[in-house]
Amino acid sequence: MYDFNYHRATSLESAAEIYSQSEDPVYLAGGMTLIPTLKQRLARPTDVIDLGGVDGLSDVEQSAETLSIGSMTTHAAVAANSAVSSVIPALSALAGGIGDPHVRNKGTLGGSVANNDPAADYPAALVGLDATVVTTQREIPAEEFFVGMFETSLVEGELISHVRFSIPDRAAYMKFANPASRYAIVGVMVAKFPGQIRVAVTGAGPAVFRSGEMEQALASEFSPGAIDGVTVAPDELNSDIHAGQEYRANLVRVMAARAVEICG
Amino acid sequence: MTLTVKMTLNGNAVSAEVEARTLLVQFIRDYIGLTGTHVGCDTSQCGACVVHVDGKAIKSCTILAAQCQDSTVVTIEGLADGDKLHPMQEAFRDNHGLQCGFCTPGMVMSAVDIVARHPHLNEDLVRQELEGNLCRCTGYHNIVKAILAGSPRG
Repeated sequence: MYDFNYHRATSLESAAEIYSQSEDPVYLAGGMTLIPTLKQRLARPTDVIDLGGVDGLSDVEQSAETLSIGSMTTHAAVAANSAVSSVIPALSALAGGIGDPHVRNKGTLGGSVANNDPAADYPAALVGLDATVVTTQREIPAEEFFVGMFETSLVEGELISHVRFSIPDRAAYMKFANPASRYAIVGVMVAKFPGQIRVAVTGAGPAVFRSGEMEQALASEFSPGAIDGVTVAPDELNSDIHAGQEYRANLVRVMAARAVEICG
Repeated sequence: MTLTVKMTLNGNAVSAEVEARTLLVQFIRDYIGLTGTHVGCDTSQCGACVVHVDGKAIKSCTILAAQCQDSTVVTIEGLADGDKLHPMQEAFRDNHGLQCGFCTPGMVMSAVDIVARHPHLNEDLVRQELEGNLCRCTGYHNIVKAILAGSPRG
């Protein structure tokens, strides 16, 4: 790891202030991606701004239609939160399936979505559950937030304060995990809202996407069989040593059908 | 840059002047001299470096020492009470839950965390919870037995 200046921010305002005064800064949330990246010398920031000392970013607040989770809430805390498990059990299960227990004890919701790894789980949760990303500057609908591979619509210095999920009637997340890393080779969140079905896919493409064709098929008949005939175009999907494009395309349909089955 | 990192390590107040890029595991091993915490893979996968920071099991190779400023940290050296082993250490010994012993400090620290979080443990759950700890000798079987035996309700 190259050396850097370390700052421990005490508020979002002071973090942004340090950011604006630094040459090539980076924010540190849980660090489960950033620290390995620094260790491999894939990044060389001049300043690391630790958000671990900022209070008030780990709250979970429930209203009639939404569930708001602070950006520094760890995956373990989301998985163990009783409000989350009572209103969106699919989100508890998703958070509880990220990485391993030690990663879940440090990794955060905000850090994960800001990183936008194409194989991360949370992007499927945000897009599937029609979430809004609340930042220090504005509110961003999830579908506009995730722009492309490791790319979001966050601007320089902008910080996520929390994520507001819409509470569905029913939802389920199914992933075909890489057996070593537990990252999603393909993960699908299916959510049923009054008058709307959302199907969000992670792991398969350069970034999370919705399958309009599956949503339409499920809107007319909400059953695993309804998407039997739906095919996913493999051309734009990822291909690596773990799974080729055709295999991933098939997995999208299989994982979606399993998620629908769990939704009941 | 350098900074002074202070923490409570196994009940003792410790501090050291370190570079900002110093990892917690380097702080513990190289600056404080406690070498029970091992570095296996150095890529957040194997769990040989697991310690408890403010009561949470984490991988000390994937966190800066600076992030643990003013924290309470417990390592494998902090479990035993003098010559009296921690019940989980006893359980690993009784069940032959190790062969070469390299992964064992991380295994035991994870095991203590697992039984603290799960009042009702079973074999499947132990195996799931060991996702972040790799052992290349035992095939895990005796480790799983040890953790079940080391649970207060085991």
